[in-house]
Amino acid sequence: MRWILAALLAVMVCVQADPALDVRLKKLEEELRCLVCQNQSLADSTAPLAEDLRREVRQLAVAGKSDEEIKQYLVARYGDFVLYRPPVKSTTWLLWFGPFVLLAAGGVIWWLILRRRGRKDEDDVLPPDDAVTAGVEKARELLDRPME
Amino acid sequence: MKSLRLLVPLAIFIVIVAFLWAGLSRDPREVPSPLVGQPAPAFQLAQLHAPDKRLSTADMQGQVWLLNVWASWCVSCRIEHPLLVQLAKADVVPVIGLNYKDKADEGKAWLAQHGDPYKLSIVDGDGRVGIDWGVYGVPETFVIDKRGIVRYKQIGPITAEALQQKILPLVRELQKT
Repeated sequence: MRWILAALLAVMVCVQADPALDVRLKKLEEELRCLVCQNQSLADSTAPLAEDLRREVRQLAVAGKSDEEIKQYLVARYGDFVLYRPPVKSTTWLLWFGPFVLLAAGGVIWWLILRRRGRKDEDDVLPPDDAVTAGVEKARELLDRPME
Repeated sequence: MKSLRLLVPLAIFIVIVAFLWAGLSRDPREVPSPLVGQPAPAFQLAQLHAPDKRLSTADMQGQVWLLNVWASWCVSCRIEHPLLVQLAKADVVPVIGLNYKDKADEGKAWLAQHGDPYKLSIVDGDGRVGIDWGVYGVPETFVIDKRGIVRYKQIGPITAEALQQKILPLVRELQKT
């Protein structure tokens, strides 16, 4: 009887889920793309391939592979596409840095416009244009002329 | 000068439209395989019609061959199947069938019904070899050269166009070397 209990306990320990591993796998699987339903992560997908890949990922993790090694395992088979966070390399520079380049370009254009507008305002206030002065003189002269 | 500046938004618009247009004509389901140019992942699997016999990638060394991933539950396999049967009749290149996540009986029945274009089929019941080959949709077809390097991957059913314009010319070229 005691023997059976011990065996049962041993089986339960083996089957018992490892919560830390579950958390780690969940986090990892959320960064991996399911190839069948491409807008779902491996964690969310119910596709049969996703199930297989989750099983594969779990086996690799239990075998002591690091997250990075597991990602490499999948990238070697399915390409960078499985990663939701694409790696930084020459072919992805535009993807990673393009938005910042656009932002900087926008900033430069904005600064140029502001500077030009500022200069125009100064023109209005400071030395009056000869033509304008002449016009004002003419108007004053016309106004000052006695009515006939 | 002023009129040129007015054209800038139009130019930006045209560039955006060009990018979106190019994006429309690309199939997002076709994920380029990192396997092309790499050695074919090794397998040693039981044969569908002779479960006690095995076939390994090493057995195919020295010849150009195709690996076609198929299953009896796969609907689009039926689209490409007549082309494979035709190809087998022409006897240009040996085609090995990878019976992917299928039941042996159903696979055999399916071949009996639709014709068996394969030199032989091997059984990947749990899909492990499929994972090694980066299979994510059935059917898929690989072209492997004499040295065992994967040279091409067809994702989805083979079309007459793909066969005539890509696969067969590539096979002929590889057979020459």
